[in-house]
Amino acid sequence: MGGKTLYDKLWDIHLVDTDENGASLIYIDRHLVHEVTSPQAFEGLRMANRLPWKLNANLAVADHNVPTTADRVNGIKDPISKAQVDALDANCDEFGITEFKMNDLRQGIVHVVGPEQGATLPGMTVVCGDSHTATHGAFGSLAFGIGTSEVEHVLATQCLVQKKSKSMLVRVDGNVGAGVTAKDIVLAIIGEIGTAGGTGYAIEFAGEAIEALSMEGRMTVCNMAIEGGARAGMVAVDQTTIDYVKGRPYGPTDEQWEQAVAEWRTLHSDADAEFDKVVELNGADIQPQVTWGTSPEMVVPVDTVVPNPDEEADSVKAEGMRKALAYMDLQAGTPIDQISVDKVFIGSCTNSRIEDLRAAADVAKGRKVADNIKLALVVPGSGLVKQQAEAEGLDKVFVEAGFEWREPGCSMCLAMNADRLEPGERCASTSNRNFESRQGKGGRTHLVSPAMAAAAAVNGHFVDVRSI
Amino acid sequence: MEKFVTHIGKAIPLNRNNVDTDAIIPKQYLKSIKRTGFGPFLFDDWRYNTPGDLDIDVSTREINSEFVLNQDAYQGGSVLLARENFGCGSSREHAVWALTDYGIRAVIAPTFADIFFNNSFKNGLLPVILADEVMDELFSAAEQGEEITIDLPTQEVRAAGKAWEFEIDPFRKHCLLEGLDDIGLTLQKADKIKTYEAQRKQTAPWLFN
Ligand code: SF4
Repeated sequence: MGGKTLYDKLWDIHLVDTDENGASLIYIDRHLVHEVTSPQAFEGLRMANRLPWKLNANLAVADHNVPTTADRVNGIKDPISKAQVDALDANCDEFGITEFKMNDLRQGIVHVVGPEQGATLPGMTVVCGDSHTATHGAFGSLAFGIGTSEVEHVLATQCLVQKKSKSMLVRVDGNVGAGVTAKDIVLAIIGEIGTAGGTGYAIEFAGEAIEALSMEGRMTVCNMAIEGGARAGMVAVDQTTIDYVKGRPYGPTDEQWEQAVAEWRTLHSDADAEFDKVVELNGADIQPQVTWGTSPEMVVPVDTVVPNPDEEADSVKAEGMRKALAYMDLQAGTPIDQISVDKVFIGSCTNSRIEDLRAAADVAKGRKVADNIKLALVVPGSGLVKQQAEAEGLDKVFVEAGFEWREPGCSMCLAMNADRLEPGERCASTSNRNFESRQGKGGRTHLVSPAMAAAAAVNGHFVDVRSI
Repeated sequence: MEKFVTHIGKAIPLNRNNVDTDAIIPKQYLKSIKRTGFGPFLFDDWRYNTPGDLDIDVSTREINSEFVLNQDAYQGGSVLLARENFGCGSSREHAVWALTDYGIRAVIAPTFADIFFNNSFKNGLLPVILADEVMDELFSAAEQGEEITIDLPTQEVRAAGKAWEFEIDPFRKHCLLEGLDDIGLTLQKADKIKTYEAQRKQTAPWLFN
């Protein structure tokens, strides 16, 4: 028998019980909670007269609905959003769950906050009622999104009933060129495997190009595992991981730190481990990516053209492409760098960490947002990211270039707050989903890296960031 | 949870790949803190030509008569047919609540996204996986107004005089047939969870600070 994969190891560590039907009970170390998918779960607890099993396994923060304008210190104006955030506050108070409230410096997007606080640690199982929970797999942890019934289940039992997934290794060998980022790597991977390619799998990302990434970059890659259909994405623990975790508020200290590091160093796939599927990409072949359609797999390198459905053999797929082109108001054959945009959004749990803001600021520095751009938004992932960026003067770079500098939250990633696209508007966005109406009804989203988004902002259209 | 045993109903053919949960229930409705009332907003962007929100009465909105849910032939449908990767995207369970609130008891597709698939079982909605070729036959049966039978005990889908078998995890089947609450079942294993915690605390005390 071959060795174990990282996924096997994480699974085995957390296995509480397997019953005769093969359903496994898995222990959950960390449960992150936000306002959109939790109210019905708390209501369920109350109705059944149940209490949280392990209070301090939970950490809550409101992110989806919060306004990102400075006047939010005075409260949320939209009554429906306010009711939802208030419900989270009240539920956390009632049950005694730690919550970073909206105007706490530590507030931010749940997937930025967890790692930043050391609430996400290597070797943990991390769940959240949010599909982008895969982000936390960057730490060599098993992290996946769950629905509201499962949120209630974790609250009440600290466990989930799960079936083990198949394992997939995505290896990106060699190094990527200058100007090619983690976002381009993961978009290229999704372009390769398709949005359903990872369905039923837990993906481990490996290879030189992944190892060379910072933790921020690895989080960007794992974040979008779900866009390739996989519930979980993960990267093995190495020195980069351990250095990042050290000194974080919720992490271990002293002897426990040594003990933890010893366990964490075992969190990698064994050399002779076998995967159910292996996908290989060459880092050197990856170019800056731009999505052209309404699914993240509809992606091409920036120096190419919008693809032609007539050249697609699969008829259902070709029909999907035609619908996407009509929705996006694009013609097959149009060079990507001739597509002009109306709005630019730099933010979301995919790309709102300090490194992302630095990359965007590098491009924005000394340049101006083009006249045709109606709004260029920069929304840091957390209050602490914002503080760090301001200490580095990045806010000034953005504001001088004509970007708006906002308070942390999900913002225009899904437009549950006031930041959104109007019908027909086209956006260069660093978020993770280009579905129809994701950023506002009738809005058209193109997914790109932070540097590519900033380049689109200062040029008014997509441009190969390597050429400026 | 409502039991699922055998269901006979009219099928709605939604001939699309990658139907995502944003399309099933758009984000503005996620602001509700209830589990019910999402049915009128199912497939909201496709179903209506004018924008909607929680506080907008749907009867004042312009209907998109092209969309399958709005066609006379499919009124009262309770089985949804779709193509690959149904339910991809966001983890929102509201997508399942919207389907069940509308009256859908089963979705049949060649593949489902994982989180949606899981969420379905927790709400008595049966996701059935059948091969592409079978889907083609079901789509044409639905278009001819044939009813579809989903027989969970025998794991069979029947329509137009034909029958096809489907797979289902035995535990999930049992829970659906009995309408069992997952949490109650897990809490029966409370001792095992406590034993696990005690052991794990020895090797990884930092997780129990
Ligand atoms: S930033 Fe976007 S994708 Fe991430 S948690 Fe918020 S809404 Fe979801």
